[in-house]
Amino acid sequence: MPKYLLLKHYRGGPEPHNPFPPMDQWAPEDVEAHFAFLRNVSKTLQESGEYIGVEALTPAQTWVRYGGPDAAPVTTDGPHPETSDLIAGWYMVDVESYERALEIAAHVSSEPGPGGGPLYEWIDVREIMSHGSSSD
Amino acid sequence: MSREQTGHLDEGALRALVPRVLAGLVRRGEEFDAAEDALQEALIEALRTWPEHRPDDPRAWLTAVATRRLVDARRSEAARRRREEATEAEPPVPATEEVGDDTLFLLFCCCHPDLTPASQVTLSLRAVGGLTTREIADAFYVPEATMAQRISRAKRTLRGRRLDRPGDLAVVLRVLYLIYAAGHGGAPARPDLAGEAIRLARQLTLATEEPEARGLLALMLLNHARLPARLDDQGRIVTLDRQDRGLWDARKIAEGVRVLQSALAMERPGRYQVEAAIAALHDDAASAEETDWLQILAWYDDLVALTDDPIRQDPAAVLSRAVAVGHVLDPAAGLRETDRLRDVLGDRHRWHAVRGHLHELDGDLPAAALAYAEAAHRATNVAERDHLVRQAARVRVGGE
Repeated sequence: MPKYLLLKHYRGGPEPHNPFPPMDQWAPEDVEAHFAFLRNVSKTLQESGEYIGVEALTPAQTWVRYGGPDAAPVTTDGPHPETSDLIAGWYMVDVESYERALEIAAHVSSEPGPGGGPLYEWIDVREIMSHGSSSD
Repeated sequence: MSREQTGHLDEGALRALVPRVLAGLVRRGEEFDAAEDALQEALIEALRTWPEHRPDDPRAWLTAVATRRLVDARRSEAARRRREEATEAEPPVPATEEVGDDTLFLLFCCCHPDLTPASQVTLSLRAVGGLTTREIADAFYVPEATMAQRISRAKRTLRGRRLDRPGDLAVVLRVLYLIYAAGHGGAPARPDLAGEAIRLARQLTLATEEPEARGLLALMLLNHARLPARLDDQGRIVTLDRQDRGLWDARKIAEGVRVLQSALAMERPGRYQVEAAIAALHDDAASAEETDWLQILAWYDDLVALTDDPIRQDPAAVLSRAVAVGHVLDPAAGLRETDRLRDVLGDRHRWHAVRGHLHELDGDLPAAALAYAEAAHRATNVAERDHLVRQAARVRVGGE
């Protein structure tokens, strides 16, 4: 079965289908509904046997590279251009097919936003390469 | 050994024997890592054979089997190197050692200063707590192979080190607190690290009169008592002022207060005792409104007085004290206290969260919402992040 990462972004990706304000500006009941929906996504994936993991990332980003011999690593922690990608977290799933991965991602994207309607958030779907040699 | 008659294997009793047998082996001069390996093999054999043939003296049995493994290992080593070594005639293990001494001795071994804090934690859980590699790995969310590697590297570090000097009790206490903190608020399905830390601290207080050991045990008990109220049925964080105090564990509170009093009676104060005293005052309040902030502030004054430069050396204590100042004087005074920490803690979520709380206390809800949102932005824990987003959304609409 192929494995996929379903990535959520703080920013970046296609033009938002439905621009929305930061969550701390939503009505409290909308915040609750959103969190409850995402809890249920994890639970459903666990029950269907497709769940591998879910992780969230903090928005703080540091770029680092080798500084050369006898030099400290070179870092830059911003500011980064507002258009650059910033990953917020992911689901890792093990599914029957690419179509099933898209189906799960679309479900995640239907998460309720302000006012209770779907967020239509873009989800970045990436296949994880398998290890070892293929059998054929 | 309560189930001895039935022949049933009591895992708790077996685990309790681990530090005693291991301490005995190391005391008589065995290498720590070899002794630990041998004991693990003996435990596997015990799990296999005890259900059928329960030994009369389980501790002596484990010691004997582990010793045989050690001798075997050394024999094959000797043969391999074509070298003759005396491998026989081990002196018998003295049968009258105190349980507490063994625990303390082993904790000093596991908290050896040459080990990293992460290694000290894992080795203590394994050698003193008797947890399996799998259980420790699960508790820290790392693969079992990674944890196995960490344990064997730690044991290798101890190879050849002299383990007969008394160690630094302060390091042992810090390691126990790290174990506790890693478990406190963890998901309920995980191995109970907080409970394990309390168990180890309780053993430690049997072995030493040091009041800070009791202070640490009291602190853990008094905080752990509130755990059942800390999350609601959806896993959401419930702050102290909103917790259902009926859910607090009254027995743990009573034990914590008792242990704390016995520590304070020795009149050698330290930070764990002071923090436990503050926890006790929170636990003692029948409602949030009845919290004795005046006394709490007095204890925080003692806490920050323990370091020369509290802003740099103990900013967390200064920050917590600011909350007490906000309740005793007024929220603006508390906020002024937090201003002094801006350079040190301004990037941390807790600094913003405390300011959100103080702004809210002050009735300045827009400022509170901004501070909570800033805190959420910097949170490094999902439950805390979600909680801070909720706080921001709640005060933004003027909610209670």
